[in-house]
Amino acid sequence: MRRSLLCLISFVVLFSFYGCGYNKMQANEEAVKAAWGDVEAAYQRRNDLVPNLVEVVKAYAKHERETLTAVTEARAKVGSIQMSKGILEDPKAFTQFQEAQGAMSSALSRLMVVVEKYPDLKANQNFQDLQHQLEGTENRINVARIRYNRAVETFNTSLRIFPNNITNSMLLHLKLKEPFKAEAGAEKAPKVQF
Amino acid sequence: MRLVKSGELPAGASGCAMRDARGAFIACILCLVSCFVVLSSPAYALDVPELHGYVNDYAGMISAEARGELERELAAFEKSDSTQIVILTVPSLGGEEIEDFGIKVAESWKIGQKGKDNGAIFIVARQERKMRIEVGQGLEGRLTDLMAGRIIDLVVKPRFKRGDYDGGFIAGISSLIDATRGEFKADGNHAPQIHEKYSRALTFLIFGGIALLVLGSMSRLMGAVSGAVGLPMLAHLAGFPLGLIALIVLALVGCGAGILLPLLFSAGGRYGGGGFGPGGGFGPGGGFWGMGGGSGGGDFGGGGFSGGGGDFGGGGASGDW
Repeated sequence: MRRSLLCLISFVVLFSFYGCGYNKMQANEEAVKAAWGDVEAAYQRRNDLVPNLVEVVKAYAKHERETLTAVTEARAKVGSIQMSKGILEDPKAFTQFQEAQGAMSSALSRLMVVVEKYPDLKANQNFQDLQHQLEGTENRINVARIRYNRAVETFNTSLRIFPNNITNSMLLHLKLKEPFKAEAGAEKAPKVQF
Repeated sequence: MRLVKSGELPAGASGCAMRDARGAFIACILCLVSCFVVLSSPAYALDVPELHGYVNDYAGMISAEARGELERELAAFEKSDSTQIVILTVPSLGGEEIEDFGIKVAESWKIGQKGKDNGAIFIVARQERKMRIEVGQGLEGRLTDLMAGRIIDLVVKPRFKRGDYDGGFIAGISSLIDATRGEFKADGNHAPQIHEKYSRALTFLIFGGIALLVLGSMSRLMGAVSGAVGLPMLAHLAGFPLGLIALIVLALVGCGAGILLPLLFSAGGRYGGGGFGPGGGFGPGGGFWGMGGGSGGGDFGGGGFSGGGGDFGGGGASGDW
């Protein structure tokens, strides 16, 4: 009798060594939050660059009012989106955020195409510096998004597997987080007009 | 449980020894399997070249003298400032963007010290005539995207255009060093990291030991197997970079411990187990134990050059020539 009791206890103890995933899920959620912080910072960095860029381009390319306006409007739209706390768990809000940032990306890439027509502008040191900063920022956005998606994948998986799903439904009540999806039309390069 | 034990009792000492031998065999197989699992887990993309040293000239763009000079300069800089800068040249990117390739290399090489993230990688693709300076997160304050871009545009590019690759690398690396000098100081002290590792391993070891004791007191086979699988696994989880031999030694030690631990405790009469009677089967366990003690030091990581665990966030700049 004592042996079988010992047996039972040891299995319970062993099971709790393997864990119910309580700590793991919490840690994974924090990782997602941290990765999202990097995504936000990278996008914010781009938003801060845009006014300078617009100013420099305006000085050389007065006729490109339309493209410049598109960039400014896209920036205003991004700024107007409220970043609520639950954005990562709300597919609608998340899609909205992604769309606004996507509009900003395409407006910027149109601007960079237009700029090709102005050799004086391209030779401007100020503009070259901004271009480096913009490229760097776009790359950071890219890296931050990939890492965020990785963190989300880990987190969502840890929420779904057994026995974590039981722990979550009983204790933690965490929700699945939204990953970035490939942008519609991102594979199409902007059209070059001369 | 009790039924099985008492049923086996008449088999005597020889049967018990045989069972132990079989258990040890199974334990060895299991330990080999776990070794393979452990060794095959870090599956990085194949196309990131191996890190040899400060200068990894896979495209053959740097002459021997220039290479020596660059290596001396970069080694001295790491010694004084702990900042790691390495060069990588590749013949071709194979259709990949240099930015994507760069972050992949950075994530796999982990240049820069852990916690300081003070690494930078200067990547050049010969066929595409593209280059990139990948900047670690700790250096982004000094070596901004703008600064990296200017170094590429104003320092390296003109020299590369003339075909003066040696000059381009030497001037570019000097600029990188000048830009980052003073940001970090070498302290040559990685004690906290190691200490953390050991304390984590100790926690694992205590819990693992209790589990082993409980399992081993139920069945010697189970104890041996779980010890053989558990100990190498613990070492891996605790983050020690162990070679195959060290893992096998650990597995043997674990196997021995799985057999010995419950015996030690049951000898004290804790569980009053009549089923543990025959101490004759003790032999192989003791043998393993001795073997483990003989070469227990193991080999902790290889020598040579390696990244210190620095993180990259995609900072830096690209250019062409």
